[in-house]
Amino acid sequence: MRHLTYLAVLAGCLVGALWLEPVLRVGVLRRWRRLLLTLLPVVVVFGAWDVAAVAAHHWHYDPDQTVGLLLPGRLPLEELLFFLVVPVCAVLGYEAVRKVLRR
Amino acid sequence: MTYTAAAVLGVAGALVLDLVVLRTRLVAGRVWWATYPIVLAGQLVSNGILTGRGVVRYDPAAVLGVRVAYAPVEDLAFGFALVLTALSVWVWLGRRGVDAPDPPRRR
Repeated sequence: MRHLTYLAVLAGCLVGALWLEPVLRVGVLRRWRRLLLTLLPVVVVFGAWDVAAVAAHHWHYDPDQTVGLLLPGRLPLEELLFFLVVPVCAVLGYEAVRKVLRR
Repeated sequence: MTYTAAAVLGVAGALVLDLVVLRTRLVAGRVWWATYPIVLAGQLVSNGILTGRGVVRYDPAAVLGVRVAYAPVEDLAFGFALVLTALSVWVWLGRRGVDAPDPPRRR
């Protein structure tokens, strides 16, 4: 189970934010084109930072706590998911705050 | 370049994107500053687990050595840059009318 640690943390982030879509009706997932276009530059820029940081030995990932799928640049699959999950959660949070403040 | 230097550059880059390039000016508005603490709380918990359990490990030579909730303080800058970039692009796309348009100038 230890190899699922990173995946579980990402799942936890999603659980913490996805409820905003149906409950506060923020309409983030409904605007999927805009969301995908948001994710694209984030994945490219921060993915490149991640690859460069791994290459420069700034940080590395514990192979025992990731599923073991390595992407180009020696990034674990979870890192790609991280750059998808975090922006989605942030946008959900931002739109929720906007909605609440507008009330 | 150390992670410390990269993190400072990352924050500067995100601020330039928000204020100058896309002109979304999120950091000048209240919605960002109401959202960021919530995101930060989420980061401290999730990143605290990742770094506390050693899922991610850092080269001591690449960081200052100051830790917040197990993670190097540089991670706070990384998270700030990541989230500001994502939200700036999101808001910019909205103003450009991608999917259901937002009311203009709302922040």
